[in-house]
Amino acid sequence: MEELKKELKEKLIEALNLEDLTPDDISDDEALFGEGLGLDSIDALELIIILDKDYGIKLTDSKDGKKIFETVETMATFIKENRTK
Amino acid sequence: MEYNITNYCNIKDNKIFHNGQEIYRNKGELPFLDFIKGAYKELEIAYPKFYKMDSLSKLSLIASSVLLDNYKEELDEKMAIVLSNRSGCIDIDRIHQTNIDEDGIAGARPANFVYTLPNISLGEISIKYQLRSENSFFIFDSFNPNFLIAYSKSLINLKKCNSLLVGWVEVNEEAYNGFLFMIEPKPGMELTEKKLLELI
Repeated sequence: MEELKKELKEKLIEALNLEDLTPDDISDDEALFGEGLGLDSIDALELIIILDKDYGIKLTDSKDGKKIFETVETMATFIKENRTK
Repeated sequence: MEYNITNYCNIKDNKIFHNGQEIYRNKGELPFLDFIKGAYKELEIAYPKFYKMDSLSKLSLIASSVLLDNYKEELDEKMAIVLSNRSGCIDIDRIHQTNIDEDGIAGARPANFVYTLPNISLGEISIKYQLRSENSFFIFDSFNPNFLIAYSKSLINLKKCNSLLVGWVEVNEEAYNGFLFMIEPKPGMELTEKKLLELI
């Protein structure tokens, strides 16, 4: 799980061009949207693509995204339980 | 009151000038994206969304920040923005095309796609400075001062605005040139083709 969280942080930094951050700068329980990392709706689309391309998970209901993308911890938990690759 | 050029910024050749005074320069020649990132940090612009932008928006944002971050008076939220260039947003278009060529439609990344219009750079400036104003982006073969002057004056005459941020923001791979200036009803340099060709 720790390895998955680190991998996710690296993917977030690369996909969202957060190039001044390192994985250590992102806490597992830090809010990804709003006041935390300050991600926006376009970034949410990038996260959906990461789930699909890298972990074989297709989100069918966009409402699910709100809970899944709350923090790195919630993302990692969801990926661990649902990944197909 | 007569409208004049009150404030201007040039970004070219690894240097940034504000009203003719050099305010930033790279040591040596860096690729555009490294140069503009260095300027963002050195000038303490502090707008993290900068990192997500395409090269055209980065150039436009830094040039506008040089002019507007230190603006002494309250910003006019009706300040119009009129930008122009030759290459549109060709850099991000190339990246977008390459992603699609490599991975098909699945390669189309939202973070790139949202920048595939040159007028997005206008939106980025408007968001940063909370401007709710007229804005336009024109494509010309080269810097066209006569058109920019005529268009700016028509916006003023139609009472669409009382001040403007105008200029040329061109990026095509490593060739870049940013020139933004403010037009206001205040003392300043005369708004003429000759003066603009001198300043760019």
